[in-house]
Amino acid sequence: MASEEYTPRELMVTAAAAEIDDGDTAFVGMRLPLIAFQVAVSTHAPNSMAVYESGVVRDSPADGFIHTMCDLPNLNRAVSTTGMIDIMSRLQRGDVDVGFLGGAEVDRYGNLNTTRVAAGDREIRLPGSGGACDIACMAGRTVLLMPHEPRRFVEEVNYVTSPGHAADGRGRKNHPAPGGGPDALVTSKATFGFADGELYLRSLHPGVDADEVLGDFPWDVNTAPDVGEGEVATTAEPTAEELDLIRTFDPDGFWT
Amino acid sequence: MTADPPATLREAVSRISPGSSVAAGLALEHAIPFAVGHELIRQGTDDLTLVGPISDLLFDQLVGADAVSRIRAAWVGNVSAGTGYRFREAVESDEIAVENHSNFSIALALKAGALGVPYLPTKSLLGSDVFAESDLFRRGEDPFTGDEVAQVPAIEPDWAVVHAQRASPAGDVHLWGNTGIVDPAVGAAENVLVTAEEVVDSETITSDPSRTAITREQVAAVVECPFGAHPSPVTGHYNRDNEYFLDYHDRTDTQAGYEEWADEWVYGVDDREEYMGKVDADLSVTEPTVAAEVRYGQ
Repeated sequence: MASEEYTPRELMVTAAAAEIDDGDTAFVGMRLPLIAFQVAVSTHAPNSMAVYESGVVRDSPADGFIHTMCDLPNLNRAVSTTGMIDIMSRLQRGDVDVGFLGGAEVDRYGNLNTTRVAAGDREIRLPGSGGACDIACMAGRTVLLMPHEPRRFVEEVNYVTSPGHAADGRGRKNHPAPGGGPDALVTSKATFGFADGELYLRSLHPGVDADEVLGDFPWDVNTAPDVGEGEVATTAEPTAEELDLIRTFDPDGFWT
Repeated sequence: MTADPPATLREAVSRISPGSSVAAGLALEHAIPFAVGHELIRQGTDDLTLVGPISDLLFDQLVGADAVSRIRAAWVGNVSAGTGYRFREAVESDEIAVENHSNFSIALALKAGALGVPYLPTKSLLGSDVFAESDLFRRGEDPFTGDEVAQVPAIEPDWAVVHAQRASPAGDVHLWGNTGIVDPAVGAAENVLVTAEEVVDSETITSDPSRTAITREQVAAVVECPFGAHPSPVTGHYNRDNEYFLDYHDRTDTQAGYEEWADEWVYGVDDREEYMGKVDADLSVTEPTVAAEVRYGQ
């Protein structure tokens, strides 16, 4: 039920929220995933839990806008405010179902770079991994989120901050990291899945043309029919309820 | 070691020698010890090795002041805005050495230090360039199953700096809210410097021993320092000052801009009280949640 105008980032939030199943333990990083968990737990996934690397564990939305996982509304009335080794241990034991990751660059196997990118004959230093490498290595599955910009889609990332699938068509089977690896990529124009470890176009956001999306990649991107996943779908628009929630959680549109 | 009687910030920070390794920003975006960082800058303490998970503005500010020769961290930038310009420029011009970690690897390095073991194994890092491009970590094999693991060597910093809600003069510390890697860092460090919103009597501490996160034998100095973590938040005391993070970002994309910023916020103030007089933001806690009563007894 499309309701009213929404921003591309609001749609990214609802598409990310849809990746949290009821009962999941979600590892929630920074920016849009902060809002996505709050939407998910308020709608289709009331029994989901969020864990944050700072040590926060929540089963409900924060009662107030949060810039970071450590803002007081996210700590207030949390289930637990523990430490990082507790949280990362859950990840390492395989107890985290889904983690969210962003990146400056992604390749066809879902390898992500947030450390340093090439710019002509020099390199630009980015902030680095934070917990991203840990989530990428050890979460049951990961969902990647990034703005849809051609420079971000590269044949080979300059630095593998957060490992994706092995480049041999076997996904994570030959990969030394224990987690399930990338399961979806959500951009501001489309959503992608991974089949045999390689990215494919799964759905287009309303009004977006397939050629426009596929032309942004330096390789021939598979689409849903190529990998036996039916047709390329249209991404569900945010419902009125979801938009209300997003605008409650982020009233000034700081992230969305 | 029991902490000396509460010191001034200036005196306590003067014990951190140039060339020291200092772990800070240990609770991630919560309770970052900015007051100590600014005092290190005022005192001109240099050649520091900084250790931390996501270090946020604190490390960028120390880099801008030319106080840093090496960083061992997972993320260095500005959480509100992304880029930390002083860090970026220093790395790109080879002015500082960087050891790239993940958050878990820095936690494990300090935990190994706290445990007194040379390294800890992990299933993280495998398949990443954080691992492959580093000469720090080693590939290992679980001697029981033969599975591949990454080995993370211990880090034992000279100092851990922690900002907390309250501490006794003896150095027993109550802190609450998320704790990040405070615990392993305090365990691994040779010395611990605590800044606290309040210095309280020891009866306050012993009334709630389950809240004591650090005990006196680990602590070298305690300083009463209200607003010692501004612009980061401190549970129960004040909220995050996001505008300050954005203002820093807007003003520090050049070294000259950074110096102008530092002249205003660091060199231009004598102490934390004068600094707070400059902050023009309502950071008050709007829902003062009070924990249910906890009973101890005998």
